[in-house]
Amino acid sequence: MPTEEQIDFNSVPDERGHFGPYGGLFVAETLMEPLDELRQAYEKYMQDETFLAELDADLAHYVGRPSPIYHAERLSRELGGAQIYLKREDLNHTGAHKVNNTIGQALLAKRMGKTRIIAETGAGQHGVATATVAARLGLECVVYMGAVDIARQEANVYRMRLLGAEVVGVESGSKTLKDALNEAMRDWVTNVDNTFYIIGTVAGPHPYPAMVRDFQAVIGREAREQIQQQAGAMPDALVACVGGGSNAIGLFYPFLNDSDVAIYGVEAAGDGLETGNHAAPLCAGRPGVLHGNRTYLMEDQDGQIIETHSVSAGLDYPGVGPEHAWLKDVGRAQYVAVTDQEALAAFHTLTRTEGIIPALESSHALAYAAKLAPTMNKDQIVLVNLSGRGDKDMHTVAALDGIEL
Amino acid sequence: MSRISGRFQQLKSENRTALIPFVTAGDPAPGVTVPLMHAMVEAGASIIELGVPFSDPMADGPVIQKANERALIHKVSLRDVLAMVKEFRSQDQETPVILMGYLNPIEVVGYQVFAEAAAEAGVDGLITVDIPPEEAEEFCRILGKHDIDPVFLVAPTSTPERIKRICDAAGGFVYSVSFKGITGAAKLDVDAVATKLEEIRQHTDLPVGVGFGIKDPATAQAVGRVADAVIVGSALVNRVEAFADQPDAIAPAVAELLAAMRSAMDEN
Repeated sequence: MPTEEQIDFNSVPDERGHFGPYGGLFVAETLMEPLDELRQAYEKYMQDETFLAELDADLAHYVGRPSPIYHAERLSRELGGAQIYLKREDLNHTGAHKVNNTIGQALLAKRMGKTRIIAETGAGQHGVATATVAARLGLECVVYMGAVDIARQEANVYRMRLLGAEVVGVESGSKTLKDALNEAMRDWVTNVDNTFYIIGTVAGPHPYPAMVRDFQAVIGREAREQIQQQAGAMPDALVACVGGGSNAIGLFYPFLNDSDVAIYGVEAAGDGLETGNHAAPLCAGRPGVLHGNRTYLMEDQDGQIIETHSVSAGLDYPGVGPEHAWLKDVGRAQYVAVTDQEALAAFHTLTRTEGIIPALESSHALAYAAKLAPTMNKDQIVLVNLSGRGDKDMHTVAALDGIEL
Repeated sequence: MSRISGRFQQLKSENRTALIPFVTAGDPAPGVTVPLMHAMVEAGASIIELGVPFSDPMADGPVIQKANERALIHKVSLRDVLAMVKEFRSQDQETPVILMGYLNPIEVVGYQVFAEAAAEAGVDGLITVDIPPEEAEEFCRILGKHDIDPVFLVAPTSTPERIKRICDAAGGFVYSVSFKGITGAAKLDVDAVATKLEEIRQHTDLPVGVGFGIKDPATAQAVGRVADAVIVGSALVNRVEAFADQPDAIAPAVAELLAAMRSAMDEN
C-alpha cells in the first residue's frame, strides 16, 4: 500500500469505482447496465457548463449557498483551547446538507428523462430533501422508510407527504434504514426504465459514492476559501460526523491533499463501543460487502448484518461510504466515536453557549471537537461541520429529559 | 465432467428439460431441509438450488425474504448449509446441488476456505447474486480450482457485450432472469424469454436456465419448451411458509407441486 504522501487523493475512485480495495459494483445483474448509464450521464454532465451553471444557480437561490462559517467564540472560550469554527449547513433549505446532493441528482434525473424518483431514508432528512426537489421539478416521488423509523420520526413523514411524496413503510428485516435501502433497490430493479434512485449518502454501488461526494464537496470548497478569508489561515483540524459519511466527505474532500490539515470522522458509539450497541463500523467493524460496495460493516461472525444503535437516527446505519474505509486504511483520516451521552451533552452546550440548536448527528462532531480543542493552542483552528439543525430532534431530546411534548 | 454438466447431458439424451427447485436452507427450521431435498429429488428435481440465508436479500421478493428471516431465527449459517449438503450427499451422490446467496457470508469465511469446504461437502455450483463477473475474477479462479461451477445471471437489461462477458465467466449453466424485478413477482412473457435465450445462445454452448415468475405447471411447461432448465423458487417457498407450523407436511406439499410441474414439462 502506498504511503499517505504518495497518494493523490483526487485520483480515486478508479473507473469501476474502487477506492483501494473498497467500493466497486456489487449488485444484481439487472442493475449493471442502468448503473453504467448513470455513470455515463454523471461523467458527461459534470463536464457540462450548462448543467453546472444550473446547479450553481439552484444552490445559490434555492438552497441559499454559500452557507457561512461562524466563529463560535463563546464555545471556544468555554472549551479553553483551539478556536472552533462551524460550517453552517444547518442554514440550508430543508435544514441540512442533504439537499446539496438531492438537487444535483434530481437535475441529473431530469436530464436523463426519468419521471419517477425513489429514495431511502432513516431519520427522514434525506427523504424530505428528496421530496422537496421532486416537488419543485414536478417528479413523482416514492420514499422508502423503515417502519421503526416511521414511528419515531412522525413529523418528517408528514413533511414528505405534504410535499407530495408517497412514504412506503418497510416491514422487512430490522425495519430501519438498511432495510429501506434494500426495498428501494428492489423498486429500482423493477421500475428501472423510468425511475431514478437518489441515494442519500456516499455508499451504494459505483457511481454513487463518487457522485454524492462530488455534489457534497461544495461544503469543503466553500469552507476552504471562507476559513482563509475569515481566520487568515488554514484549519488545523476538520471534524465531521460519519453515518454513511456524506457530510464528512463533502467537507474533507477538498482538503485531502492539504497534508497539514488533520481530519477526524466521528462515528456513533451509541451506548459505548464495548457494549456492542453502536453504529461505528469503522471503529469496531470489519470489511465486507453490502448495498453494492465493499466497505467496513457491522456484522456477526456469520456475515449477517447486525442491528445498530444510536440516539441519532441519521447515524444508525451498519455500513459506511467506501472512501472513508480507504481513508482510514491509508491513514489520511482518523475515525473516532462518541457516545449518545457525549453527543447529548454537546447538543446542550452549543445550544446554551451559541444559541444554535444542532442536529443530534452534528452533535457527535461537536462532542469530539470538545475533546480535541482543549488539547490544542488558542491560535489553532478546528473547523466543525454543523451538518444539520436540531428542530427534528426536539421530541427525542425532550423524551430523554423526561418531557412529553 | 462436473455433476451439473453430466446431468444436463443425461437430460438432453432423454430429450427432457431440467427442473431446478429452490428452497432456503433452514426454512422454517434446520431439520426440515435435508429430507425436503430428498423429497424434491423423488418428485423430479434434476438439480437442487439451496438458498444460503442472508439478513439483507436485496434481489429477493417478500416470499424469499421471509424464508431468510425464518431461517435466521435459527441462526442458520453458511457452515450449517454446507453441513446440510454433506448430509444430503451421504445418501445422494447423483443430484447436483447449487448454493444461491449473497457475497457477504462468503467474504467472512474467505474465498479459499469456503471453496474447499463447499467442494468437500459436495457442492457443485454457486450463484452469488451480488457479484458480477467484473468483480469475480479471483473468486471464479478459486472456485474453478475446486471444481465448483460459477453460475451467473443474465438480465433483460444485459447488453450483448455484457452477455458475452457473463457467458465467458460462467460455468455449469447460464441463468436467465425472465423479467426486470425481484423473485416472486409474476409477469412472465414467454416470447420475450425465448428471444433472450436465442441471444444468450449466440454467446455460449452452456445450457441456459430460466427463473423468476415460474409459479405453476403451466408456466413451467411454457418455459420448458424454450429453456434447458426451469428454475422455480417462490412458488415452492410459499408452500413451505403455508406449512411452517407443521414441518411434516412441508415435503409432501412441495413435492406435489414439483411433480405436477415435472409431468407438465414432460408432456412437451
